[in-house]
Amino acid sequence: MSKIEVRHVYKVFGPQGERVMALLRQHCDKAEVLEKTGANVGLIDVSLSIEAGEIFVIMGLSGSGKSTLVRHLNRLIDPSSGEILIDGEDILRYDEKQLQDLRRNKISMVFQGFGLLPHQTVLENAAYALLTKGVARGEALARAGNWLGKVGLAGYEAKYPDELSGGMRQRVGLARALAADTEIILMDEAFSALDPLIRSEMQEQLLQLQSSLHKTIVFISHDLDEALRIGSRIAILRDGQLVQVGTPTDILTRPADHYVQRFVEKRALQPLAG
Amino acid sequence: MPDIFLQFSFADSINQFVSWLVREYGDLFHQLTAVLLTTLLVPLEQALLALPPLLVLLTVAVLCYHGTRRKGVTALMVAGLYLIGCLGLWDKLMQTLALMVVATVLTMLVGVPLGIMMSRSQRLRWLLVPVLDVMQTLPTFVYLIPVLMLFGLGKVPAIFATVIYALPPLVRLTDLGIRQVDGDLLEAARSFGTTRWQLLFGVQLPLARPSIMAGVNQSIMMALAMVVIASMIGSRGLGEDVLAGINNMDMGKGMQSGLAIVILAIVIDRISQAYGQDGRLKKALRLKKTAGATA
Repeated sequence: MSKIEVRHVYKVFGPQGERVMALLRQHCDKAEVLEKTGANVGLIDVSLSIEAGEIFVIMGLSGSGKSTLVRHLNRLIDPSSGEILIDGEDILRYDEKQLQDLRRNKISMVFQGFGLLPHQTVLENAAYALLTKGVARGEALARAGNWLGKVGLAGYEAKYPDELSGGMRQRVGLARALAADTEIILMDEAFSALDPLIRSEMQEQLLQLQSSLHKTIVFISHDLDEALRIGSRIAILRDGQLVQVGTPTDILTRPADHYVQRFVEKRALQPLAG
Repeated sequence: MPDIFLQFSFADSINQFVSWLVREYGDLFHQLTAVLLTTLLVPLEQALLALPPLLVLLTVAVLCYHGTRRKGVTALMVAGLYLIGCLGLWDKLMQTLALMVVATVLTMLVGVPLGIMMSRSQRLRWLLVPVLDVMQTLPTFVYLIPVLMLFGLGKVPAIFATVIYALPPLVRLTDLGIRQVDGDLLEAARSFGTTRWQLLFGVQLPLARPSIMAGVNQSIMMALAMVVIASMIGSRGLGEDVLAGINNMDMGKGMQSGLAIVILAIVIDRISQAYGQDGRLKKALRLKKTAGATA
């Protein structure tokens, strides 16, 4: 059984869902639907399965629906149709309480914009998930402090987010997600806002942590280098449709279409990173 | 000339409604008055009057310095209050302060929850916005009359009239502050399984604090503007002297207490504003500004 399974997920933003869905089943693409109905289509018939312990990278240009897709996995966004299974359970059937448990105990998330609370210290931010779960304050802070140490932020506990650099802030975001002690971590363009040097440092650190933690990580990126470096498998999205899923070697040696080919070619022109 | 206006008046029905209210529930309202007076206002007023003025001045100094961290401002505020004492208006100042405190606390108890509810429900917003507009623009004397009929003369109707007048800005600014909280932060909080209450108390209210405090500040200022009108329906304090000054053509006396009201307004304004601007957020804003300037 796969850790996460996405089955035939469609997402249409705005009203007139039925009409749009009908068009989509007739294989209209995103641009056609927009022209005919004015509705914005996020995802079209996306199916994929993610195995426990892998780093699964979802790649695509901006507007390809990758951030929308990852938000379906913890239901920050609900699909228009389709099924999403985590450990074999359909999370779309969850009620408020079950969904809360899922978010507290099974899935945590790291955001591109960090999403840190400006009025709380680094330590309190790192402990946010634990405090939300109701872990006693002393224990929560101790555990969060431990994780801050592991991401290299020992000594910054009493600072506030606005006193840190971007890279350090994202380390806090990472520590917060790790402290939550969930099996799955979603990372939405987690390193995209960082400058290249810091970014490759963070990638390195993520791989190091993963080698001992064996989490299931769903990583969103628009950067092929990043995807190749950290991904066990890579899925490529274009205009809300899944174009190719495969290992880094698959993507490099057998690009499924012109779109993927372009990503790969662009990379070939640059010197290899790392 | 043909008359295009249909003739009707709802004055009678309103009069009947108010008389009915007084007839049926007058006792209840008077009991409410008595309770508010004996449990809240009178003890507070007596406590403030019993305090040695020096202690009050010191407290203001500490509060002001703690909030603003500026010695000059603190000295000026204390000197202003001292001047009111010199003018022989200290007791009246304390009476007015007691009225302010009670009115402000009541306004906050009603206004902040109302603002929170408004930020969550589009329908309630749709309903409340016109009501708030009316509350803000209706001439005070119009609702002073029914309030008087229900609660009698004195401090309590003055407080209710003040609350009605001071409520709208607080409700509006609480609503605005909560709706302006960064959506990315709310999403991040939600992704960790935050409940609605955790979201409200852990994220929305703390981040809306500057806006809410601006609302509190506005409410206090509006409440102070009501002091003179309140004195017309028999509340004691600084407004009383202004009124007496007007009635007796005693310009000097009126001016003195008018000045005292202004000083009190400035002192409360400075202190409440200082506490509204959270030090951390202030710093963050400043950093953002300098970053924007260099970029």
